[in-house]
Amino acid sequence: MAAHLKKRVYEEFTKVVQQHEDLSTKKLRLTKPSKSAALHVDLCKATSPADALQYLLQFARKPVEVESVEGVVRILLEHYYKENDASVRLKIASLLGLLSKTAGFSPDCIVDDAINTLQNEKSHQVLAQLLDTLLVIGTKLPENPSVRMRLVEVACKHLTDSSHGVRNKCLQLIGCLGPVEKGVAKEAESQAAKDVQKIIGDHFNDQDPRVRTAAIKAMLQLHERGLKLQQAIYSQACKLLADDYEQVRSAAVQLIWVLSQLYPESIVPIPSSNEEIRLVDDAFGKICHMVSDGSWVVRVQAAKLLGSMQQVSSHFLEQTLDKKLMSDLRRKRTAHERAKELYSSGEFSSGRKWGDDAPKEEIDTGAVNLIESGACGAFVHGLEDEMYEVRIAAVEALCMLAQSSPSFAEKCLDFLVDMFNDEIEEVRLQSIHTMRKISNNITLREDQLDTVLAVLEDSSRDIREALHELLCCTNVSTKEGIHLALVELLKNLTKYPTDRESIWKCLKFLGSRHPTLVLPLVPELLSTHPFFDTPEPDMDDPAYIAVLVLIFNAAKSCPTMPALFSDHTFRHYAYLRDSLSHLVPPLRLPGRKLVSSAVSPSITPHEDPSQQFLHQSLERVYNFQHLDPRGIQELLEFTIRDLQRLGELQSELAGMADFTATYLQCQLLLIKALQEKLWNVAAPLYLKQNALASTAAKQILEETYKMEFMYSGVESRQVVIIHHMRLQAKALQLIVTARTTRGVEPLFGMCEKFLQEVDSFQRCFISELPHMQGSFVDKLLDLMPRLVTSKPSEVVKILQTTLRQSTFLHLPLPEQLHRATANIIEPTGESDNPLRFTSGLVVALDVDATLEHVQDPQGTVKVQVLYPDGQAQIIHPKPADFRNPGPGRHRLITQVYLSHTAWTEPCQIEVRLLLAYNSNRSKASTRIPKSTWSESLEALPPSENGIEGTIPFSKPVKVYIMPKPARR
Amino acid sequence: MFSWFFLLFCDVFLVFCDVSLLFCCCPGAGQDVGRSCILVSIAGKNVMLDCGMHMGYNDDRRFPDFSYITQNGRLTDFLDCVIISHFHLDHCGALPYFSEMVGYDGPIYMSHPTKAICPILLEDYRKITVDKKGETNFFTSQMIKDCMKKVVAVHLHQTVQVDEELEIKAYYAGHVLGAAMFQIKVGCESVVYTGDYNMTPDRHLGAAWIDKCRPDLLITESTYATTIRDSKRCRERDFLKKVHETVERGGKVLIPVFALGRAQELCILLETFWERMNLKAPIYFSTGLTEKANHYYKLFITWTNQKIRKTFVQRNMFEFKHIKAFDRAFADNPGPMVVFATPGMLHAGQSLQIFRKWAGNEKNMVIMPGYCVQGTVGHKILSGQRKLEMEGRQILEVKMQVEYMSFSAHADAKGIMQLIRQAEPRNVLLVHGEAKKMEFLRQKIEQEFHVSCFMPANGETTTILTNPSIPVDISLGLLKRETAIGAAPDAKKPKLMHGTLLMKDNSFRLVSPEQALKELGLAEHQLRFTCRVHIQDPRKEHETVLRVYNHLKGCCILSSALGTGLRLELDELCRNNSCRKSSMIDGNSRMSCGILKDYSVQHLPDGSITVESILIQATAHSEDQGTKVLLVSWTYQDEELGSYLTSLLKKGLPQSTP
Repeated sequence: MAAHLKKRVYEEFTKVVQQHEDLSTKKLRLTKPSKSAALHVDLCKATSPADALQYLLQFARKPVEVESVEGVVRILLEHYYKENDASVRLKIASLLGLLSKTAGFSPDCIVDDAINTLQNEKSHQVLAQLLDTLLVIGTKLPENPSVRMRLVEVACKHLTDSSHGVRNKCLQLIGCLGPVEKGVAKEAESQAAKDVQKIIGDHFNDQDPRVRTAAIKAMLQLHERGLKLQQAIYSQACKLLADDYEQVRSAAVQLIWVLSQLYPESIVPIPSSNEEIRLVDDAFGKICHMVSDGSWVVRVQAAKLLGSMQQVSSHFLEQTLDKKLMSDLRRKRTAHERAKELYSSGEFSSGRKWGDDAPKEEIDTGAVNLIESGACGAFVHGLEDEMYEVRIAAVEALCMLAQSSPSFAEKCLDFLVDMFNDEIEEVRLQSIHTMRKISNNITLREDQLDTVLAVLEDSSRDIREALHELLCCTNVSTKEGIHLALVELLKNLTKYPTDRESIWKCLKFLGSRHPTLVLPLVPELLSTHPFFDTPEPDMDDPAYIAVLVLIFNAAKSCPTMPALFSDHTFRHYAYLRDSLSHLVPPLRLPGRKLVSSAVSPSITPHEDPSQQFLHQSLERVYNFQHLDPRGIQELLEFTIRDLQRLGELQSELAGMADFTATYLQCQLLLIKALQEKLWNVAAPLYLKQNALASTAAKQILEETYKMEFMYSGVESRQVVIIHHMRLQAKALQLIVTARTTRGVEPLFGMCEKFLQEVDSFQRCFISELPHMQGSFVDKLLDLMPRLVTSKPSEVVKILQTTLRQSTFLHLPLPEQLHRATANIIEPTGESDNPLRFTSGLVVALDVDATLEHVQDPQGTVKVQVLYPDGQAQIIHPKPADFRNPGPGRHRLITQVYLSHTAWTEPCQIEVRLLLAYNSNRSKASTRIPKSTWSESLEALPPSENGIEGTIPFSKPVKVYIMPKPARR
Repeated sequence: MFSWFFLLFCDVFLVFCDVSLLFCCCPGAGQDVGRSCILVSIAGKNVMLDCGMHMGYNDDRRFPDFSYITQNGRLTDFLDCVIISHFHLDHCGALPYFSEMVGYDGPIYMSHPTKAICPILLEDYRKITVDKKGETNFFTSQMIKDCMKKVVAVHLHQTVQVDEELEIKAYYAGHVLGAAMFQIKVGCESVVYTGDYNMTPDRHLGAAWIDKCRPDLLITESTYATTIRDSKRCRERDFLKKVHETVERGGKVLIPVFALGRAQELCILLETFWERMNLKAPIYFSTGLTEKANHYYKLFITWTNQKIRKTFVQRNMFEFKHIKAFDRAFADNPGPMVVFATPGMLHAGQSLQIFRKWAGNEKNMVIMPGYCVQGTVGHKILSGQRKLEMEGRQILEVKMQVEYMSFSAHADAKGIMQLIRQAEPRNVLLVHGEAKKMEFLRQKIEQEFHVSCFMPANGETTTILTNPSIPVDISLGLLKRETAIGAAPDAKKPKLMHGTLLMKDNSFRLVSPEQALKELGLAEHQLRFTCRVHIQDPRKEHETVLRVYNHLKGCCILSSALGTGLRLELDELCRNNSCRKSSMIDGNSRMSCGILKDYSVQHLPDGSITVESILIQATAHSEDQGTKVLLVSWTYQDEELGSYLTSLLKKGLPQSTP
């Protein structure tokens, strides 16, 4: 046994030795100067095809420099002709393609060689690969039509190949490179390349479905490249709709759609009759037919495309919702028709009249058309489809068509309402969103509203909130409808108290949209009585608040309504106007002044007095040069206070006011720091005071990052000024460090870095520099030659004087400026019950927050958890956790996993949202032209590689948790 | 397709095609609902499709007449296999009787869920008939077990080779759990039997689907041949509304269902509705079958619809929260309730008992969610009868509301048409429906698809001619050689090929003529056509030959000149050539251009002319020396050229100046 083991060990040992030898030879090869030479040696060395293949595979892993590409290509080609094995030739062919993709390499020098290789090739696979290579070469040479023509000719020649792969590639090549402009085609000497469309069209009938698909795809490619397809293709494409293979049908549907968009108005005959119809109608009918195709992929495709066919005549459109019912050959009305009839006869659908669905008149058997040629019932089928993907596509298509045609919107309403009861939540959600989008065109009937409101009890929060959004913008026709909606919303409120905010908001809009319908309901809603006083309702009851929100918003445009209020209603109004000012509008109440100055929406923001105030106060600030330092400071302080108050009062100006206030704050800090006594006295004595200057510098830095990344709508003009301020802060930092540290060594590095930053500032904002006369940077750049050469101590001195002398820059305000805000709805932080979990395990904490004016929340918003021991944890929510309920608004619903070692008693952790930023991603650096990712990495010096940081932008919420020790 | 040389073979071949027939007869389901049983004879194979019983009868008529298949001798010898489409008793109820009592030992095919659920239903059926009605001479539990042992379960889209020639394949059919459509294929002839199917998905099952298999015959059910139904959403909403309102009124709702199938769909519907609306009224399901059945529904998730398949990881939809088991005593409880009770047509069992109890109260409601066979209580009340005669001469007055909700999961007229469109059959046969309604659908099918459509009555046999294509092996060498000749292959056009068809040992092969001769040990015979052309020419024979030669040669040069399209050179040529006038270039010779261009014309020393294989000799006429007889001979391969030359020579030689 032992001997055996020994033998094995010995064997393994020898193996290892062999590997070593292998490695060493490899190393030698790597040191060779030219890649092409190395490859050549390799390929010559290869004894068997497998060997050669291995070498090629290894070679493919490493990039090749632009200069040596051509050489490598030559060697490969040389070897190509010598090689007998198809797999090696295949690899070479693919390598050729890969190499010609190399950035900076122009492949026109190898075109001829590449084409030549095709001549004697027998293997179909290699041929296909070679054609693929040609395609790559052709796409690399967009401005060389003659080469393209040649390639297309080559492809045309190989179209007769017996292998589907080769034909596929040929068609692809023709599609990608075929001449698009007519002029080029005429110049072409060859007949073959003259009519690419015809060549491709001939392959619509190829025996291989893959080639048929490729032909259609190539045709679509030509269309995408700008060639106007001929109308004659239409009839061919229609035949392809009946193909046996789904990918062909799917592509054909696309082609038909394209043609219908190109020639909507031309007339096509209807087969088996003398009539003629518009092409777009015919195409619409055909695509509708595909909605009941056997393959769901085709169905989805067809349903999606239906939505974008806007030019279809209305009667065709309306047919899509039509399905003639019958029972035992007698005409039956659909439930929708019945409901409508009941409604128009003034009777609310009771559902109790059982006879109402009895079949009516006899149908002439000849007149029943079981297979519709046209669009009949396409959406009825699509919405009933087995696969939810098809249903969603159908709903989307309905939405798009309804948006462009109000009459269609009215008709499809019933179907959309039906979709609210779909079994898949996504479909329900989609149909609710769709309904919201088309709600401008429609008015809901009561029976429809009934069905809509029934969904309010859905257990999914998304659905309910979508429904609230929908109700915000629906038109209701009767006062019963409003009442019904209110009752259902209140039911919803009791069932799901968390929906409070959303329901109030919904009622706000419902009220302001239907003041006249609310008016007759007021006494009932407020339960007032003509003779008796009724008890005063509880002010904190969310349901009561909901009712009041509805009424007050209705009262805004209905001056007679306040007369119906009782005394306590007025009191409640005053209270709510203060506490929920975003929901309760200012009202003209008898004997009461308007709370805020009447801001009627007709006044444009520029004439707005508060806007004027903002500008005036800024004017004042910018003209302070002649004031003494004390005065300046005071003025700034006052202005900042004013602006902050203004932001609180005027929500639409909040962003702007905050932004400027922050800027002024920075300036104030800078001025304060510069007036420190520290500058006048020898450094070591003032260690304490310099704390102020350095903290000021730090704070300014922070504030500038906030200004840059927390506001949406910041333009480059602002970015310059922000960066300028940051530069000043850095200068200040440098000066402070120079004053407080002994020795010069650390200063060298800092000075260097600072100068680099000035340099990059100059590079980034070169265009903005003329606007910055007399500023810090302006002066600094003048002194730049001196700075570069001088010693750190001198630099510091220069900086100090320029910083003191520089003027304060105007901050121009952009049109729209919004501050990113976040509000954590859940956890509420009110719970006294600690969240208990076993230490070492995790507990999931539901976090629900609304974000406003956050750009790209998926990338930037993080959740931070701060534990009492100072440990902080940053969680990146999944992209799917963000929903987008409206423009500029996002909703984060995620779970945060907490874990900690055991505690003796419950303690609070803090949860807050952070906005991550990276100065690399800033608006400034996007101005530097970037070609590719890798290049920019090399181009940017590491110092610019960006400071990553986070800005907390929500109020922290405290959560009580208690990790218990694990039981043994 | 083949050249005339082999026409003899081809004639045989064609006759052979016509011989192939397809028989189909319906001992059970023709023009009738209930008792499905269809016999198909396809290319010599006999297959029985479904083996159902009739709910309306309690005597011999409830089972199909199996003596129809064979009077004497065992069924096993006659039938190659039996296929059961789904577990409803009208499709599988007679199976134990058929296999055990009549005697059949061959394979029985059904899907996995059907195999699982079928015995439960059969056992239930047996219990009701034997234990409750006290019938004797009925199959026993053991017989059911033995019968199930003969069952082979198949997966969806799995091709099962029954024997060497017969293969079957199952497709999804919706309708109930495990319902399948079957494609039966022998060689290239095929039949698709749909069983019962549903083209619109519902709350628990998907829609039927079939690929473009282009069967020779599609046997489809046609229960709703004359109905086009409203969207299922309206139906569902209607149903929920009716139930909800009755419950709110304090009434009781009876929903007679079959234990499996619709019941589960309605359960899911009510369950989700109850959960959404937060209703408290109890829902009961009559016990017994329920638990077992639901167990299988939970098990066969792959056979359900998309929604259930996608969500079962979180929660299996068949685990009901609101639906509880029913106890007989509950029927007398006050207050609202919803009860699902079996069986579905109110012909016996619990549903009938509850119906009797509740029928007198107008607050109550019975909802018939499916089709009712004639003769059942369900059918009677649906047709408006308000007074029913029960067993023992009792008269039951029906005051409760009677509702019919079309929840039956059969395809409606549109659905049937859609399936036909998907499968593209060459013939359609309608079964499982009422004659009057089928007639309408038959007309429609013939009108829309231009295929023949049949609707046989019970016991009637339908014969359908098929036109099967017969595969022939061809050697690769021959194929390549033949495709290389002529134009590039075109998918849609037939291509002419030369070869020899060999029928040997039951196989067909197309081989090259040489090989065929070699294999058959035959010598090759040359076939030549000969033709005489008389020409008026007083000169010597060899001179005549020379003239003919010059003429043909001239045509050749002419044609090659024309072929290159150089008119100028041609004119030049004509002027130079003194023996021709330019008028010679008439339409005649121009016609020759195309043909003679590529051939070499030779004047042989023995005084004959050859154009390729065509031999031309001239002899003097025996009687009239002024007339020369030109002998033209060619092989059959050069038929075209030969006949052309003859016609050219018949026109006579051009006048020439010596």
